[in-house]
Amino acid sequence: MATVTYRQALRDTLHAEMLRDENVFLMGEEIGLFEGSYKITEGLLKEFGPRRVRDTPIAEEGFVGAAIGAAMLGLRPVVELMTINFSLLALDQIVNHAAKIYGMFGGQASVPLVIRTPGGGGQQLGATHSQNVELFYSFIPGLKVVAPSTPAEASAMLKAAIRDDDPVLFLENLALYNSKGELPAEIADIEPAQIGRAAVTRPGTDITLIGYSRMARVTTEVAETLAAEGISAEVVDLRSLRPLDRATIVESVRRTGCAVVAEDDWLTYGIGAEIAATIQEGAFDWLDAPVRRVAMAEVPLPYAKSLETAALPSADSLLAAARDTLRATGRLPLSPLENAS
Amino acid sequence: MAETTKAAPARARRTRADSARSNGGGATAQGTTEHSADAATLVAYYRQMLLIRRFEERAARAYTEAKIGGYCHLNLGEEATVVGLMAALRPSDYLFTNYREHGYALGKGIGADRVMAELYGRSTGVSKGWGGSMHLFDAEARLLGGYGIVGGQVPLATGAALAVSYKGGDEVVMCQMGDGTTAIGAFHESLNIAGLWDLPVVFVVINNGLGMGTTVENSAAEPELYKRGAAYRMESARVDGTDVIAVREAARVAVERARSESRPYLLETVSPRLKGHSVVDPARYRSKEEREALKAADPLARLALELAESGALSHDDRDRLDAEVTAEINAAAAFADGSPAPEVSTLFDYTYATPVPGELRRLPAEPVFRD
Repeated sequence: MATVTYRQALRDTLHAEMLRDENVFLMGEEIGLFEGSYKITEGLLKEFGPRRVRDTPIAEEGFVGAAIGAAMLGLRPVVELMTINFSLLALDQIVNHAAKIYGMFGGQASVPLVIRTPGGGGQQLGATHSQNVELFYSFIPGLKVVAPSTPAEASAMLKAAIRDDDPVLFLENLALYNSKGELPAEIADIEPAQIGRAAVTRPGTDITLIGYSRMARVTTEVAETLAAEGISAEVVDLRSLRPLDRATIVESVRRTGCAVVAEDDWLTYGIGAEIAATIQEGAFDWLDAPVRRVAMAEVPLPYAKSLETAALPSADSLLAAARDTLRATGRLPLSPLENAS
Repeated sequence: MAETTKAAPARARRTRADSARSNGGGATAQGTTEHSADAATLVAYYRQMLLIRRFEERAARAYTEAKIGGYCHLNLGEEATVVGLMAALRPSDYLFTNYREHGYALGKGIGADRVMAELYGRSTGVSKGWGGSMHLFDAEARLLGGYGIVGGQVPLATGAALAVSYKGGDEVVMCQMGDGTTAIGAFHESLNIAGLWDLPVVFVVINNGLGMGTTVENSAAEPELYKRGAAYRMESARVDGTDVIAVREAARVAVERARSESRPYLLETVSPRLKGHSVVDPARYRSKEEREALKAADPLARLALELAESGALSHDDRDRLDAEVTAEINAAAAFADGSPAPEVSTLFDYTYATPVPGELRRLPAEPVFRD
């Protein structure tokens, strides 16, 4: 099957969904003539015209709210926010309106809206353009938050999000756009994913590594490194942050007895905190070591490369935390591995 | 309904001297308009206004009796505006409002019983008890929500108009809001978008002079609020909101512009807020003179007087009408009071329209895992 980039998978899936359903249309800043800040909407204005590929003014609250209103009347808007940082300008519309309309009016109107937006640091974009605030939305009942990590998953999840009757925040990542992966079928034939389901993407027995979006890729990388050292790491890709697939997480930890969570956001009150709490609630008696969290340093992300790199979670930091945890369980010798030989 | 002047018009009247219009270019013209309506129509409007008045009075009473919880904002003083605006809409037109919307729900044709039941938090309420006073919704009547966050409804209404335009429909979206809303960003973003995209939406600013206790003069750099339309090349006008016919005529112009030209419109109505911001607000920030002046501005008293003077509605007929309306409101309150509270078993019914695995359905004391 074809190997494509994450970007191409998103672009082709939008294209396929627009062909499939006349009610699907795109809105966002610079998505038409400019073809998207990250070129996800390349060629779509030319093919579908301005009615279905709508450039907006710089007014996140206004156009996200307008997308919600259009969704209430049965359209299926897919909004692109240039980065998740700009979603804060639309917070009231997303949290107080998109998330509330179905429940607050007793189920009389649903909001079939998708908000696509990339998070991710590491691009030297400075403090206001490098945050990962998916947590804000994962906190809110009424919203769904998905964070696929591979091109195949991105395509399947985007289809699910577009066809879902609820507002879905679809988290992308700047560092993933150029990453490649194999598709299981032609884009048009890819089955929509199940929102709310995590996946064990690599089975193992010694430790569970948990991640989402970019960090799901990093966990896989670290699992491969550990395999070379004789450690069998299981990888859980969360895929959906809300609803959270607690059962898959807990079942994995009950098998392995320990876990490290890798998250791209800050540690305090972060996604990892929720995962750690879930593990102690569901697998307390199976735990051989405390759950570790690998997360950003608690600072506004700096511009200078040296500082930015130090603040961000990486394969090295996850590997270090995983080794600590494995030593605590006795699955690695107590002295550091690199000095053992 | 007939409105020809041949059928012995009950009156001919002028809009207030402050009535004004602004075209998209920002020029302002002062003007007056002649309006008329036949006696039967005026009496019908009076009845609708009275229904709102008695409903709100009853709601205030029920609130003090703790039958109604949360916040409760009343349309007292806004009755002529509500009835005039609703008279300009077709049943197929959509309406978004703020949280001061009981009267609009009644005006859009929803029964007083289901509106009152929502205030009482009962399962028979328009929003099944999930919304309360601020969040009335009826898909069939096309009231697409009262919204409790100032300005929240404005982008939504703009988007609903986008959907109408996308589908090629001929419906109009009306978006009601208070004067305080004109200071919030969502208002300006929405007007810009509606102007830019030629959307069939009528923005109506209810200027009752006060945002809670803050006067328009203390919150708006340009207190002639309708003039904000000019910044978005949007036609706009201000009208006397205590004059039901003036409101209806102004709204018809606005609605027509939206329907036949797909152009947005900004209409400002000026009417008094007869009581506090909400039921619990005694409005002590108002002077005695101000309170006295309010009585003279009461739109219901004004129309009653005019109807009496023209002979369209005698004192006895008015009393009869009042008794009829009061009975309807009493029945609505009884219906609400006798309706069941929503079952706790329905607590998780409306979190998601598309059910998903992994959704946590637990009450506060329950553990996350049960095994």
